[in-house]
Amino acid sequence: MLQIRNLRVSVDGQKILRGVNLDIQPGSLHAIMGPNGSGKSTLASILAGRDGYEIEAGSITYHGQDLLEMDPEIRAREGIFLAFQYPVEVPGVTTMYFMREALNAVRKHRGKEELSAGDFLRLARQKIKPLGMEAGMLKRAVNEGFSGGEKKRSEIFQMSMLEPTLGILDETDSGLDIDALQVVADGVNALRSPDRAFVVITHYQRLLNHIVPDYVHVLGDGRIVRSGDKTLALELERRGYSWIVPASGQAAAAGA
Amino acid sequence: MSSAIDQLEGLTTQEYKYGFVTDIDQETLPPGLNEDTVRFISARKEEPQWLLEWRLKAFRNWQRMKEPDWPNVHYPPIDYQAISYYAAPKSADDRPKSLDEVDPELLATYEKLGIPLEERAALAGVAVDAVFDSVSVATTFREKLADAGVIFMSISEAVREHPELVRKYLGSVVPPTDNFFASLNSAVYSDGSFVFIPKGVRCPMELSTYFRINAMNTGQFERTLIVAEEGSYVSYLEGCTAPMRDQNQLHAAVVELVALDNARIKYSTVQNWYPGDKDGNGGIYNFVTKRGACRGRNSKISWTQVETGSAITWKYPSCILIGDNSVGEFYSVAVTNNHQQADTGTKMIHIGRNTTSTIVSKGISAGVSNNSYRGLVKIMPKAEGARNFSQCDSMLMGDRCGAHTFPYLEVRNKSAQVEHEATTSKIGEDQIFYLNQRGIETEDAVSMIVNGFCKEVFRELPMEFAVEAQKLLGVSLEGSVG
Repeated sequence: MLQIRNLRVSVDGQKILRGVNLDIQPGSLHAIMGPNGSGKSTLASILAGRDGYEIEAGSITYHGQDLLEMDPEIRAREGIFLAFQYPVEVPGVTTMYFMREALNAVRKHRGKEELSAGDFLRLARQKIKPLGMEAGMLKRAVNEGFSGGEKKRSEIFQMSMLEPTLGILDETDSGLDIDALQVVADGVNALRSPDRAFVVITHYQRLLNHIVPDYVHVLGDGRIVRSGDKTLALELERRGYSWIVPASGQAAAAGA
Repeated sequence: MSSAIDQLEGLTTQEYKYGFVTDIDQETLPPGLNEDTVRFISARKEEPQWLLEWRLKAFRNWQRMKEPDWPNVHYPPIDYQAISYYAAPKSADDRPKSLDEVDPELLATYEKLGIPLEERAALAGVAVDAVFDSVSVATTFREKLADAGVIFMSISEAVREHPELVRKYLGSVVPPTDNFFASLNSAVYSDGSFVFIPKGVRCPMELSTYFRINAMNTGQFERTLIVAEEGSYVSYLEGCTAPMRDQNQLHAAVVELVALDNARIKYSTVQNWYPGDKDGNGGIYNFVTKRGACRGRNSKISWTQVETGSAITWKYPSCILIGDNSVGEFYSVAVTNNHQQADTGTKMIHIGRNTTSTIVSKGISAGVSNNSYRGLVKIMPKAEGARNFSQCDSMLMGDRCGAHTFPYLEVRNKSAQVEHEATTSKIGEDQIFYLNQRGIETEDAVSMIVNGFCKEVFRELPMEFAVEAQKLLGVSLEGSVG
């Protein structure tokens, strides 16, 4: 469903991605690992369409369409969901209102009818329960005053509401204690299905004990320097990144 | 001028066809301002001698006054002799006969704002006799109010029908010598509204829809007086979310509120006068004096304003808290875009014991606009136990606009508690991207973020109006991001 070809990206003249190639099939789960500054989050941002990056070369094709030509909201409606590393606070806007607007924008795009307030609430309550959150959360302003764990769980809740075809998790495990990690992982696992793919960006292997990847890719110095199955993650846990990622390149990238 | 007077006299002998709703055709006075102008206006309105004297006093005072130069706004000098002080409403013959003759762009804006179909014609200035619905609605309202003993009429009418009430209260809160623009208004005010809620009466409806239809042609010097007797309540709504165009650039209105023991007045404004074009050409200068006196014990006056229009806004709805335990509130959203300038805020003067005031101000600046909050909290020596809470938040969109806060505090009683909080934030690209990433387009995202920012103020507005105000904010800020 997604093909990334020779993707080269820079920010303010600094090269961040230097030729990334990746193929993602429906139903698969890809973990992307790598040291700090290797370009993992940049890749997530590029997929979601965040501004401020210069695409120097390469292409991204999503369901046969040129993804780079699409506005971020169109990508979202076409089924790309990014669980943010740092979810943003929107004071005064309730999670319920926000999600209802979002869901209806997505449903409209997909040719479905908009949900009534009552139907929306029923659906939201049903989706929020397994994430160990109270329905009262829906009445709180988006991410405002949420703990780190609540923010991440809210991201997974939003993902389960919007039912994307490609879910991208950007360091969703950062700042989570072990119990919250389990809840988030269960949430993601419940969403796994043959027509839905995931890209899970993480620094540490521990998340992958809970969300088991089909493929593991190591990003170093702006390229995928190694790909393997879940055992690669375990090996990284034991040996670190230095044996695959050249130290000089790592330093240069971290400086960016 | 005498021929003009002759013509006018001929016209005024016609009967009022629609009561409060339409006025008779009138001529426009040539530009210029002197005592004769004041006398002419007063005579045209068949005013009693005391009112003429009152106007003249204001005028003589105005002549000695200087236009204030302290507000944080800039505009070319106003030539007060170049203005016509008696501009009559357009006659029905000059106005569009139906919606088909109205600028489609204006109609598209009404559509966006969700203005009910039956009101669009009236707002677009379609000749009133073509707007049957509005007329009948107005008549129904008027009967219902009369049953409750509520007086609600134009202030000119009130001068004739209830001279003792008008004379007692007019200028009692904003004296005719108060300030430059208030004096000007007192001298030449064209018309406005008078509301009187008798003792113990809860006004049976919000004075809103009715007024909205009547809000056209209120003229550039509008005068409003609302008196709430002991234990009464009224919610008054002024203005309209639909964009209002007016050929008069200078507007100087005065609003006076009086609340006696246990009375409550809730005054809500949505101001959307023409702000000028994107390059700052044209637009209304809006210099308004609004003040409420909480004269009675436990009385309460609450101002809520949503200011999105006008090229220049100069406006400080204030409360004088005289009665013990009286309460003053000010909730404000002021939006400036393009070249708009706003200097707005409030004054809370605590005189009685245990008086409390709350100020919540939300300023949003976009384009190359300038938005200032200016507020005074004054605690007088006898205001034992007075409390104030102020919160002033500013939001910037883009990096070419300005937000300023000028809080003034004067505390002369040691037992008083005064709190002031202020924040400035920039509408984040991060916030917009977050909402985009959930499928919400940028325009809706901006509207959602801004409305969230203003929530504490919007919830003070009457429900139906809050919905319109939210849409208005979105429309006012269209194109200001991305």
